[in-house]
Amino acid sequence: MSIYLNKDSKVIVQGITGGMGAKHTALMLDSGAQIVGGVNARKAGTTVTHKDANGADVELPVFGTVAEAIKETGANVSVLFVPPAFTKAAAIEAIDAEMPLIVVITEGVPVQDSAEVWSYLQGKKTRMIGPNCPGIITPGESLAGITPHTITGKGPIGLVSKSGTLTYQMMYELKDYGFSTAIGIGGDPIVGTTHIDALQAFQDDPETKAIVMIGEIGGDAEERAAAYIKEHITKPVVGYVAGFTAPEGKTMGHAGAIVSGSAGTAAAKKEALEAVGVKVGKTPSETADLMREIMKNL
Amino acid sequence: MEYQAKELFAKHGVATTLGVVVETAEDAKAAAEQIGGVTVIKAQVKAGGRGKAGGVKLAKTPDEAFEHASNILGMEIKGLRVNRVLVTPATPPQEEYYFSFLLDRSNRQYLCIASVEGGVEIEEVAKTNPDAVKQIGIDPGKGVDAAKAREIATIAAFPEPVFEQAVELIQALYKTFVEEDATLVEVNPLARLEGDKLEALDGKVSLDDNASEVRHPDHEQFEIREEADPLEAKAKDLGLNYVKLDGQVGIIGNGAGLVMSTLDVVAYAGEAHGGVKPANFLDIGGGANAQVMANGLDVILNDAQVKAVFVNVFGGITACDEVANGIKGALELLGEKATKPLVVRLDGNNVDLGRQILTDLNHPLVTVVDTMDGGADKAAELANA
Repeated sequence: MSIYLNKDSKVIVQGITGGMGAKHTALMLDSGAQIVGGVNARKAGTTVTHKDANGADVELPVFGTVAEAIKETGANVSVLFVPPAFTKAAAIEAIDAEMPLIVVITEGVPVQDSAEVWSYLQGKKTRMIGPNCPGIITPGESLAGITPHTITGKGPIGLVSKSGTLTYQMMYELKDYGFSTAIGIGGDPIVGTTHIDALQAFQDDPETKAIVMIGEIGGDAEERAAAYIKEHITKPVVGYVAGFTAPEGKTMGHAGAIVSGSAGTAAAKKEALEAVGVKVGKTPSETADLMREIMKNL
Repeated sequence: MEYQAKELFAKHGVATTLGVVVETAEDAKAAAEQIGGVTVIKAQVKAGGRGKAGGVKLAKTPDEAFEHASNILGMEIKGLRVNRVLVTPATPPQEEYYFSFLLDRSNRQYLCIASVEGGVEIEEVAKTNPDAVKQIGIDPGKGVDAAKAREIATIAAFPEPVFEQAVELIQALYKTFVEEDATLVEVNPLARLEGDKLEALDGKVSLDDNASEVRHPDHEQFEIREEADPLEAKAKDLGLNYVKLDGQVGIIGNGAGLVMSTLDVVAYAGEAHGGVKPANFLDIGGGANAQVMANGLDVILNDAQVKAVFVNVFGGITACDEVANGIKGALELLGEKATKPLVVRLDGNNVDLGRQILTDLNHPLVTVVDTMDGGADKAAELANA
């Protein structure tokens, strides 16, 4: 078991013929993911060739539309490597085709585009992860995104994080245990899947025994997650918040990561999480140690 | 800044008076003469509380305009130097309102905030009389049409004599918000002037950088660079995501989360090494190539405060061999001028290739480490040496 993504997931890539799309299609195949094709309206009817996990050639069909790709391949996950100017249209196309899961890797999507896509998504059958995220990996089963699949394997820990590279870092720190699923929700102000969504999914997943939640300064997503944990999550949760030493009023890269005043600081988030019984580490390695202690006593 | 916000307001039909932006007291005098009557001289900086800081003055004559402008130009407001003033006709408001559209991250929609009780003191009103500050959610898929604008104006309770003008202004302001891809458009105060005329007396617009990059090349003109730190300006020219901090350990990493975390880990490690601190935030981003890495090192090594550098990369999109080649290239370029030790930790995509490049380079200034904690400790130690 896992959340959102497993060995049976059939994945297509929107933007499969672009530089990033091609590079990461190869890496996803190498992880053992079932990549069944891609979409590019201008190259419909052609194929792209990559190697699978065993080094054998696989020829992937390129379709003109997402709907066609679903019809021909039974795809139920789409990963988007589409330039930011075209991301909104590509996401809406996938939503209209009733793609169950879309994973938007693209960085730099205008935030009003994300707001419109989120509005469009209401009442539809699609879950969106991202934008501006590393995607989702269920180690040993599938990968829909850019997370290096070689960090660690399958295990009992679920991970949810805003940040891509911190996801990798935390998987590395806990490689002795492994992960059921690790999901990077993205650092943009508006994302399709939140910490809370992932926490609930991990709570419902019998394979996940404990959860690591990684946050960072800015916004109130971590505080809201803390309130949710108190009411709904019975599995142990360990937290980490990046940005304790960030000065106030400075933007640190992620659109979301700005501290203004007291709200949104790492200290405030740590406090909110600890108040509901979540152990919070000061560094990734300390967070991993807190998780190890919990795993030993489970 | 105010005058830039007003330009955007005017472009989309929000009632406002542009005034004249000047950089010298002489020009302020000329502007006051041209406008005629009583004028207001307003400091133009990206900060609130300009009035309280003495940055807004009433001038009865052009000579007074000259005098106020000479005092205001060059003053500092919240650490920002005033380099220009706006000269506008003095139009005393009969009533002051507050109105804004903004991105509501928590609810993943837009939000309209409106109050007819007080403009500039809106924060005070929100505290003492929160019911007077109306919050109305906007569905980004539906937007604000005439009917919605009317609904907002009704909820906000704009008085009858300016109600229809408010309905118009709300639509024009929403148009500004959407067409300019703003994350905030704020009119404060929205003034009811003599003769029941509704006008944006002051305002603020925050633009979405992503959208400006994708579809608003004209937004570049709003970028005022002179306040920025010289290293930050240089980094910006090189397209780097860099923030200068007060410390001795230069930091380069990939991904905002990991870089922020690296700052924390270095700060903690510094406690055991004479209290050294991280000198900067620098995220080379996803998929950075050797040139980006070399540019980043160039900026950081030019920071006189920096005594040692910690490069912490966990490659997802970014390939470690590119990072290693960037370090190699930068060191070759700098030659004798490279004097600061580099501690490098690489993991992830192409890590073996990356480490091999650095091992082969065998440069006396470069230390390759296995872990983030180990790297932070080593860099802090070297910065304290």
